[in-house]
Amino acid sequence: MQQQELIPHLFRTEYRKIVAVLCKRFGLQQLEMAEDIASDTFLTAAQLWPLDGLPANPVAWLYQVARNKTINYLQRERLFKNKIATVIRKSSETSETIDLSAENIIDSQLQMMFAICHPAISAEAQVGLSLRILCGFGIDEIADAFLCAKDIINKRLFRAKEKLREEGIRIEMPGMLQMDARLSAVLTTIYLLFNEGYYSVSTNHTIRRELCFEAMRLCNMLVENTATNKPQVNALLSLMCFHASRFDARVGKNGEMVLYEEQDTGLWNTELISRGSYFMHCAANGAALSTYHLEAAIAFWSTRRADTPEKWEQVLQLYNRLLQLQYSPIAALNRTYALAKVQGKQTAIAEAEKLQLTGNQFYFALLGELYTGIDNSKAKEHFAQAIALAKNPADKEQLRKKMERV
Amino acid sequence: MEEFILIFRHEDGKKVASPEQIEVWMKQTMDWIGGIAAQNKFVGGNGLVFDDSRVVHHNSIVTNGPFGEIKETIGGYVIVKADSVEEAVAFAKGSPVLQGEGNTVEVRKFAKRDGVH
Repeated sequence: MQQQELIPHLFRTEYRKIVAVLCKRFGLQQLEMAEDIASDTFLTAAQLWPLDGLPANPVAWLYQVARNKTINYLQRERLFKNKIATVIRKSSETSETIDLSAENIIDSQLQMMFAICHPAISAEAQVGLSLRILCGFGIDEIADAFLCAKDIINKRLFRAKEKLREEGIRIEMPGMLQMDARLSAVLTTIYLLFNEGYYSVSTNHTIRRELCFEAMRLCNMLVENTATNKPQVNALLSLMCFHASRFDARVGKNGEMVLYEEQDTGLWNTELISRGSYFMHCAANGAALSTYHLEAAIAFWSTRRADTPEKWEQVLQLYNRLLQLQYSPIAALNRTYALAKVQGKQTAIAEAEKLQLTGNQFYFALLGELYTGIDNSKAKEHFAQAIALAKNPADKEQLRKKMERV
Repeated sequence: MEEFILIFRHEDGKKVASPEQIEVWMKQTMDWIGGIAAQNKFVGGNGLVFDDSRVVHHNSIVTNGPFGEIKETIGGYVIVKADSVEEAVAFAKGSPVLQGEGNTVEVRKFAKRDGVH
């Protein structure tokens, strides 16, 4: 890897580790200090490496520099405090060890995950903070993913960090009793992160892909830790693997989205599909059935393109159960689509019209789909309404194509 | 929006259905409930099994199930949200339980615990 690629690459993988370790050592109160030291470490690397050449072990070099910078920082702080304070404290912390061992890095990152996904922090802020602190995304990249101005992202992150401090949230693993509840908040954030990448309006496919793979990486960390390797965690990972398997197939040559039915199945990633199946198998132990289990099972059927009666009957039953556990408009619409496949369009139209999701473009897109071949003028009307509601130009384009085909 | 309970009453709970028939009913029931849940109007529900069923009488006499003297049994219930009793009745009409002649679905509104009801 060339030097100019190496630094951004290392930034992505190492920044978050340094921040997590320093935060765990000094507390979330010092989050800004941790971020400053980590950024400063990379700045030093960017200045020195082109002159001195690459160090033999760049990662070890970064850790050493981060350690030294921390110690310098602490000494400066102490000097300052000692000058204004009359009491001179023993400088026992000078020989401070900053533990950047692989084990401590993993522990710190896991604990950081629980701290950031604390119920006191809003979901939106959790996703932003996760991207910055757990995934090492730059402000530019976050702004790109959310299609927001950089200063909005900066403000959002600033407020979220303030909230972390105000709430006095500690960096630690939750106890056995709170584990399931806290874990569920972490999984929600990971899933949001994934969906942000999978369904976002951003046209930057590289960023979108990275969002998804970062979400999978975080979930994988939870799977690899005994305390957090629970069925619902495996179910979520399985679900994400199944969806991610279509990443290469869903983007066309000019960056446009390719509809499921039109995707080249040869581009579906079979390795991710089999990993998804593996984690689904791991999720199957224990009696609890989470929404992730049901969604993973539905996603599994999406990895089989053949339109068999069995597929749609299974998908319909899975959506029936999912909706009983947790209602969402998109699940209600997908269920109705599956119903059409099993019981025909007439039955599905009657059920669809009861949903009354009149502010939702997908509701009208579904009705357009269902009325096609039954009442084509109604189908066109519905597609037109969907186009009027759609915000994303790519969505509008897809709907227009469907309308023309009626 | 108010909550209603739909209580399934089977005329003869002792009728034995084939596993295939049960599977068909299960699917129909799931589709029916799924349709209610898709409107975000499903609250909860469950089926009742005959194993370990008992009737406790006023003089502490316990009998095995109600099936001696009366034939009618309760097979399960579903709780829904509805704007009116008419809407709750419309949900009830879709229940596969009603395919059995003599079976009924009783629709009852939950008390509001407001001191009046």
